[in-house]
Amino acid sequence: MLGTMNFPILTWITFLPILGILIILLVPSGKDDKGQELSKIIIRWVAVGITFMQLILAVIIYLNYNPAMAGVNDLKTFQFVEKLSWITATLPMVGNINIEYFMGIDGISVPMILLTAIICFVAVFPSFGIKKAVKGYFAMYLLLDLGMMGVFCALDFFLFYLFWELMLLPMYFLIGVWGGPRKEYAAIKFFIYTLVGSVFMLLVMIGLYHSTGSFNLLEMMNAANFRGDSIFGGINTTIRYVAFMGLFIGFAIKVPLFPFHTWLPDAHVEAPTPISVILAGVLLKMGAYGMIRIAFPIFPDAFGYFQTLIAWLGMISIVYGAFCALGQHKVGKRDFKKLIAYSSVSHMGLVILGLASMRPEGTVGAIFQMFNHGIITAMLFMIVGVIYDRAHTRGLDDFGGLAKKMPIYTGIMAVAFFAAIGLPGMSGFISEVLVFLGSFKSYPVLTIISGLSIILGAAYMLWALQKIFFGVIPEKWQGPWDPTKLIYKTDDVNGLEMVALIPLAIIVIFLGVYPNPILNLMTGSVNHFIEIMRPFVYIGGM
Amino acid sequence: MTQDLVLPLSLLILLIPLLSFLINIFFGNKLGRISGVVGTTILGIDLGLAIAVAFTKLSSFGEIHVIQNRFEWFSLGSQKIIVGIGIDNIAAIMLIVVTLISFLVHLFSTVYMEGDRRYPKFYAYLGLFTFSMLGIVIANNFLFMYVFWELVGISSYLLIGFWYEKNSASNAGKKAFITNRIGDLGFFIGIMILFFTYGSFMFEDVFAGISSGVMPFSNPTMLTVAGICIFMGAMGKSAQFPLHVWLPDAMEGPTPVSALIHAATMVAAGVYLVAKVFAMFTADALTFIAVIGTITAFISATIALTQVDFKKVLAYSTVSQLGFMIMSLGVGGYTNGFFHLVTHAWFKAALFLAAGSVIHAMHHAMHHMHDHHTDPQDINNMGGLRKTMPWTYRTFLFVTLALSGIPLTSGFLSKDGILAGTMAYANLTGGWHWIIPILAFTAAGMTAFYMFRLTIVAFHGEHKTEIAKHTKENKLPIVLPLVILAFMSLWIFYSPNPIDASKGWFHRMIVQPKSAVPAAYQWSFLLTEEAAPAVHQTGEAAGSTEVKAENPHEVTAAGHTTGHYLNKFQEETHHFHYLAMLLSLLIAGSGIALAFAIYQYKVISADKLETRFKFLHTFSLNKWYFDELYQSTVIAGTLVVSKSLSWFDNYVVDGLVNLSSYVTRGFGYVVGIFDNYVIDGAVNLAANFTGFCGSKLRKLQTGQIQSYVVFVLLGILILLYFFI
Amino acid sequence: MEIGLTHYLVISAILFSLGLYGIITRKHAIMVLMGLELVLNAANINFIAFARYGGMNIEGHIAAIFVIILAAAEAAIALAIVLNIYQNFRHVNVDEVDNLKG
Repeated sequence: MLGTMNFPILTWITFLPILGILIILLVPSGKDDKGQELSKIIIRWVAVGITFMQLILAVIIYLNYNPAMAGVNDLKTFQFVEKLSWITATLPMVGNINIEYFMGIDGISVPMILLTAIICFVAVFPSFGIKKAVKGYFAMYLLLDLGMMGVFCALDFFLFYLFWELMLLPMYFLIGVWGGPRKEYAAIKFFIYTLVGSVFMLLVMIGLYHSTGSFNLLEMMNAANFRGDSIFGGINTTIRYVAFMGLFIGFAIKVPLFPFHTWLPDAHVEAPTPISVILAGVLLKMGAYGMIRIAFPIFPDAFGYFQTLIAWLGMISIVYGAFCALGQHKVGKRDFKKLIAYSSVSHMGLVILGLASMRPEGTVGAIFQMFNHGIITAMLFMIVGVIYDRAHTRGLDDFGGLAKKMPIYTGIMAVAFFAAIGLPGMSGFISEVLVFLGSFKSYPVLTIISGLSIILGAAYMLWALQKIFFGVIPEKWQGPWDPTKLIYKTDDVNGLEMVALIPLAIIVIFLGVYPNPILNLMTGSVNHFIEIMRPFVYIGGM
Repeated sequence: MTQDLVLPLSLLILLIPLLSFLINIFFGNKLGRISGVVGTTILGIDLGLAIAVAFTKLSSFGEIHVIQNRFEWFSLGSQKIIVGIGIDNIAAIMLIVVTLISFLVHLFSTVYMEGDRRYPKFYAYLGLFTFSMLGIVIANNFLFMYVFWELVGISSYLLIGFWYEKNSASNAGKKAFITNRIGDLGFFIGIMILFFTYGSFMFEDVFAGISSGVMPFSNPTMLTVAGICIFMGAMGKSAQFPLHVWLPDAMEGPTPVSALIHAATMVAAGVYLVAKVFAMFTADALTFIAVIGTITAFISATIALTQVDFKKVLAYSTVSQLGFMIMSLGVGGYTNGFFHLVTHAWFKAALFLAAGSVIHAMHHAMHHMHDHHTDPQDINNMGGLRKTMPWTYRTFLFVTLALSGIPLTSGFLSKDGILAGTMAYANLTGGWHWIIPILAFTAAGMTAFYMFRLTIVAFHGEHKTEIAKHTKENKLPIVLPLVILAFMSLWIFYSPNPIDASKGWFHRMIVQPKSAVPAAYQWSFLLTEEAAPAVHQTGEAAGSTEVKAENPHEVTAAGHTTGHYLNKFQEETHHFHYLAMLLSLLIAGSGIALAFAIYQYKVISADKLETRFKFLHTFSLNKWYFDELYQSTVIAGTLVVSKSLSWFDNYVVDGLVNLSSYVTRGFGYVVGIFDNYVIDGAVNLAANFTGFCGSKLRKLQTGQIQSYVVFVLLGILILLYFFI
Repeated sequence: MEIGLTHYLVISAILFSLGLYGIITRKHAIMVLMGLELVLNAANINFIAFARYGGMNIEGHIAAIFVIILAAAEAAIALAIVLNIYQNFRHVNVDEVDNLKG
């Protein structure tokens, strides 16, 4: 097995983008004798190559991962572990600082790593449309990739925090430089929002360090490692509740959970297509991942205390997001991306509801929903990108009858839309059902209210579908998108867009029919996770 | 065929239409016109297999309740999600119903949809629909049921909105899907309650759990609630009041689709579901079902009286007949409810296909006359079609008789059984329950009336327009399915006795399953004395548990021989049989007579009646204002909530965020001023003072070396003065 | 009257004063340098006188020789500077070379 070999695969998969950044920065700019900007082409394909290599590494990890080993809080059953002493120093007044370069994965992180690799790979293709400062764009893109991958691999809180912040910076520039008309506002909003979350996280991290004398997440999960007289020592203390809430808010902002969600519509609307894809596909998952990996197992008692509140927040997000998606109120200003952004709020609320249930079905469903939402929303945003590139508008009221003009596109889009409304045969269905089954056992009433999203989801998605694809094409788009045939040789999706969209569609359908490949990864870890939480929380039906 | 072959072949039957879907969706453009032939051929093969399987099940293994397997779909560690497929007697019959009608519709559409730009897509969607519908038929667990339930919904959505250029079509598709989803939510909640309580999706596990006395939330009322929730799914799909509003709108779809989906199969899925999980309904749940069915049957019959759109009349008639089936199941008439489903499937499909034939002919005539404004579906534009379209007329007339419940037709047998059942039920329960048979008989009378009104106005008399005069009988692929379906509506297929079906094979094969509900919560007249029908399983799929019944041949499903009834209800039904038959014949006959009097012989003036009962007429014509009611309450309410929440999000939640940013910036501004003038002022003051001193002292620096020497000298002298 | 240490010191003091006066008053750079030489020689006289009368013995001689060598080196450098000054300013008037004036 590869995990026992000395090949540091997690380091490779995380830091591979560095190599890409170096190459990209070294590519000289300039044109060749035909006037083609050669550097752009090289840079793009370097990004494709690097992310593809990452994807291959992710697949290797997937194939060599042993689902029988649970992980979560047990170092021995983590896999592909790399544990090195990184920063050791004795500082006056602080004492020994011991930060480790500690990476390892279990059943909760493997699906996320796979998701990150897939999304980062496919999002490169819509990035080909970026015309401005290509070099900077792809350097930032790969840096973002690095940060995200690191977050899912890190098992040392300090390292985790480092990657968490590292991904923030390129995201800020990617929205702020390559975004839409209100990009500065959106970028700063995103940045500050996340930073507020990070502050809470930093404070709690320092407190935890003082209580346990280590940044090691696994040691923090063991109550025996807390010194009795330290601030987070003991159990069910107010300060532990406060600390849990701090972490929870920090992660909830990323999810995003009502009422911390308002950065999302702005960021999505302004971000360029591939960045929306990554934002929805991977970034939102980091919040929920942080909860499972850090907030819940370190403070299980506090989670038990707030469990019902969290379930409520999940329910509110689900229904509220669905209503907001349905009710964009200014006719003529109804934005396709905003609709999807709010549907993301709704779908991520489902993840929180599933986690709050603390049932195996609910938790597995939640993680699977994270994966599925990543794939499906990535598809949706790319689909928006396709028409935005051609029509330069995303207004729901500006279109109509595209099914006639772009049949293949409509077919792909139908897969994504139907997956988003949880149609059986698509992966979203399985995760939705699992979440509902799990949460029904713990919170039947909340689950029934959340069930409204089944109807509302169908309503807003079909409404958008009708607005854009059915009816008659508006006069201004009767002709071809690009009469010169220079940029678009066909009115339908082109090859590059298909390369990005078709694999995602296949994943969605395949996992909808046969979800075991992903579910098997995490069941062991999730069951172990619930065993850890069990003494502290309310588990319905057990 | 051996028993082990039944399930693999069923799976094959399920997957073959999916193949048709895949071929037509991916290669449709290359196939072009051939795609219709491909689709029809594939369905023909499917039909052959379905007949083989159904005959095997019914003839060789009829006494075995269900041939099924179970396998693991996916697992969550210790918790495994077990599903499976199973063929019981009703599934076997449904296999034939679905594949035969689907095949005939495929055949019919080769001509009807000719020339449509998306011809291959149409066949693809038909394939997808047939696949999903067959999935419902062979599911033996709630999860698969729900999966295919949704897939049926989506394929119906695609087919209703097939002509999406028309806004009304895409609206109708959307309305159908969303209305169905409301029912589905109830269905799903019901599934959650059952899964929560019994830990399995399998019907048999759930029934076993119920009969062992375990109740959801330890409360028998919750079992009723679960039953009603499951039934909500049926209300959505089978267009029961108050979720019936989507079905008439769904007539926007191509007419063959209406025949396949909105008359014979998909809308029957709700009835099928109720029949399939009949064992879990408590007495209260059954009462609810019966009431809903009765209301539906009555309301939609009244609406059908006044509609002028050919297809709308048929649509409301369908809703009404579905109400009859649901009502029958609700009162305990399991066999007759399902019987009516089957007989209704044939003649309603025939009616719709005949409507398609008429509309197709009208379209051609309009095309011929370069008329593009007349409504080809308005019956007032037709008239006299019996002369131009004889075959369509003959079949239409025959199936209309079947629908009206005239002897020698299958409809007579099933409707008579239902009406007798309602009387038996009312007699056994007493009190207000008598409303059910009263409304049922009234609805049956109205059925006969509006069907003959339709026949007379559209086919009899003189041509009302030039278009009607120019109609021509359609080609064979359109006429043949009509004839076949009309033929299927003969009594002989179900029972040798044209006035009593209870001795026929159908009633021998389709027997009410033993109720799983503990006796305390079930009507005593529905309880059976016999042991539960034996369950036989074949399990070749991986992970399936191999549970053989002790002795499948010990108990025969045909448990009641002559003179011995399954339960009190059946006995009572038999007693009311002749009374019900006489009454229904009388009522149907007077309905028909009235129709002839008004529309054929004009003894009574239709216009006068209209003005006399103006209010009732408008009320019926406007479909009891259900659409308006929903528009102003549910839809408007949802929109108001969503818009206000969206406003709230934009201005309050985001406003708070922006407010906090303004506050922070304002504070920053104040701090900035303080910093600029106070802190930085102090720093600048120190710097300025130093600069001032420097500027004064620099004067000493003359640059002349000799003056420096003098300073040095002076310095030395001063030092000397101090030291000495 | 026997010539003693005092006489030498007086001579040396006069010579030093003359040299200092030359350094401070003269405008010509060469003259300033000559004044500097006088000051150095006055110091030399003192060293020799102390070697003879004051008990400095050989050290006084050595110091004097050092001074002479230093004076020679200093003269060389100083003359070079003067030459540079001349090249830049076309004169060697120290009063006007006041570029470092504050």
